[in-house]
Amino acid sequence: MPVRATIDGIGSPAALAEALRGAQYLADEGLATAAYLALALGKPLLLEGAPGVGKTEAAKAIGAVLARQVIRLQCYEGIDASAALYEWNYPRQMLAIRQAGNDYVNIYSDEFLLERPLLAALRNPATSLLLIDEIDRSDLEFEAFLLEFLSDFTISIPETGTVRAAQQPVVVLTSNRTRDLHEAIRRRCVYHWIDYPGSELEAEIVMMRASSVARATADAVVASVGLLRNEPLAKPPGVAETVEWAEAATLLHSQGNPWPEAFRRSIGVALKDQDDLAYMAPSLAAVLPGEAA
Amino acid sequence: MTLPQPVRPFADFATVLRGHGFTISPDQTVGFIQAIGLLGPRDMGDIFRAARAMFAIPHERAEEFEALFRAFFMGQVIAAPVPGTEDKDEVQAYEPAGGGVEIEEVEGEEETGAEATVAERLSRRSFVPRTDDEALINFARLAPRRLPRRRSYRYARAPHGHRLDMRRTLREAVKRDGEIFTLAEVRRKTRQRRIVLLIDVSGSMKDRTESALHFAHALAQSADHFEAFTLGTRLTHITTALTVSDREQALERVSALVADIDGGTRIGDALQAFLNVPRYVGAARGAAVVVFSDGLERGDADTLLDAVRRLSRMAWRLDWLTPLAGDPDYSPQTEALQQILPWLDSFRDGSRTATLCEHFLTMARAA
Repeated sequence: MPVRATIDGIGSPAALAEALRGAQYLADEGLATAAYLALALGKPLLLEGAPGVGKTEAAKAIGAVLARQVIRLQCYEGIDASAALYEWNYPRQMLAIRQAGNDYVNIYSDEFLLERPLLAALRNPATSLLLIDEIDRSDLEFEAFLLEFLSDFTISIPETGTVRAAQQPVVVLTSNRTRDLHEAIRRRCVYHWIDYPGSELEAEIVMMRASSVARATADAVVASVGLLRNEPLAKPPGVAETVEWAEAATLLHSQGNPWPEAFRRSIGVALKDQDDLAYMAPSLAAVLPGEAA
Repeated sequence: MTLPQPVRPFADFATVLRGHGFTISPDQTVGFIQAIGLLGPRDMGDIFRAARAMFAIPHERAEEFEALFRAFFMGQVIAAPVPGTEDKDEVQAYEPAGGGVEIEEVEGEEETGAEATVAERLSRRSFVPRTDDEALINFARLAPRRLPRRRSYRYARAPHGHRLDMRRTLREAVKRDGEIFTLAEVRRKTRQRRIVLLIDVSGSMKDRTESALHFAHALAQSADHFEAFTLGTRLTHITTALTVSDREQALERVSALVADIDGGTRIGDALQAFLNVPRYVGAARGAAVVVFSDGLERGDADTLLDAVRRLSRMAWRLDWLTPLAGDPDYSPQTEALQQILPWLDSFRDGSRTATLCEHFLTMARAA
């Protein structure tokens, strides 16, 4: 695979971080470096991290920066080839045979082929970004298959032959780390662990995403979300929850609720688990943001 | 062939990492050197980030990696967290290949288990194989058909399947000018569901430990997907030891691994240690998890409750087998057991090998 130092005018991690900022995504230096290296070396980018730290968002932002269409394959337990690769449009094939009568008809031509994400990305490698989301949810067998796909970028269709990517497609994989991925997958990829953003960065994200929120509110919400993440919760609030909580509290405040009350009432958008709410109930007052202008 | 001088340290660093148990492929080394070329490098930070990304350093080993990086490139010596030197009073996840994980213990004040031992007594006991148990032979015979199963990725042709095999039907139709005579059907193949067995080896379980391990060995031999751990003051992964087909040898290897046999009971902490290792948790996800313990807990009842709750949400089903339930008058009295009952799929008798076998053979039907 040829090394390309400049991809679509992006020649360094800093330039990529700047471009991502333009796409409404704030990346830290580690993520920008890993993403830049993945693009330059033509390797898949593997993003791991707790749920809600913005892995999928990162992939979409990279797609936006490169002006590529994001083709998303959402993994789940029991995902199979017909959902991931391709499927023949059998009813149409059947109709074509009937209509053809005694004439010749090629029922294995392109018009009868239903593209699924992996094949679609393989056929348009220059204009698409393949996002393989939550790969840890798929079965081990599917992971093994992906390993083969990611090293060769070919799909063989028994009826027509092998489809090979004209160039290496841009691939981003994400994992919530509910289980360990196979070492071989990690080895093929450029790896980055996305942590919860630092408080400064997270406040910036809130400001960028929620225009109605005041800076003081954003800071207060980020601080108390930081406290919540230190608690042993089943579902610690992610970045999206921080943004929503700030927005929700701002809305309630504008309708006349005083500050701590507005935060307390809208806690449901930050903590979305009954056990967590029950656990936090006694100490909630200490964690809630106080005054925020 | 010798490497150019400027590149040599980077290649050497990969060797150093391998020496510390990181798996690094030659591909990754090449990628690392290319990455450094791409980045400039402007400073040490570039090299560090390139190494972390290109060598795909797992998150839980990030600190160890950073220490090695500093030692190698900056000549600093910083104590890396070395596995195996943890504080003795913490429950550890212990695996033969190293990479121990420790968790903090929450000290509970109230005495909840009368027989549970306070001190962590590390001792080794050898398991002497007895004459083959008839129940185990019977179990080995029935297990392949009766252990719980799950759907697989693949489909197989089946006369009465779950969905139409359009592909095959079409191929058949093409041969007959588009006339469909039969509809082929397929169904998902099934595979044996993973079984995770957690065996309490504390002092209060002394009489039952040996036969439980015999059973675990029988299970390891007949199940395709199986993980076994012992719980005591530590968590020990014993699956690999149990794969030896000779029972005597297998149990010898287990007894060499399990250092906390007949020691104290902190089952809640041990379960938490289990849940803190992502790899183990992955094994429990969607699996049939069985805890074999009397539940006489010395540690904090809340810790146990929390662990059981998390485990129960993750597993396909969670069963608790206790040797004490052999007594018909037995009902769970300790606070800890009372609290966890709602989270268990079943709380059953495990006083004899036969009842253990029966539980595993009927689990698929109960679900």
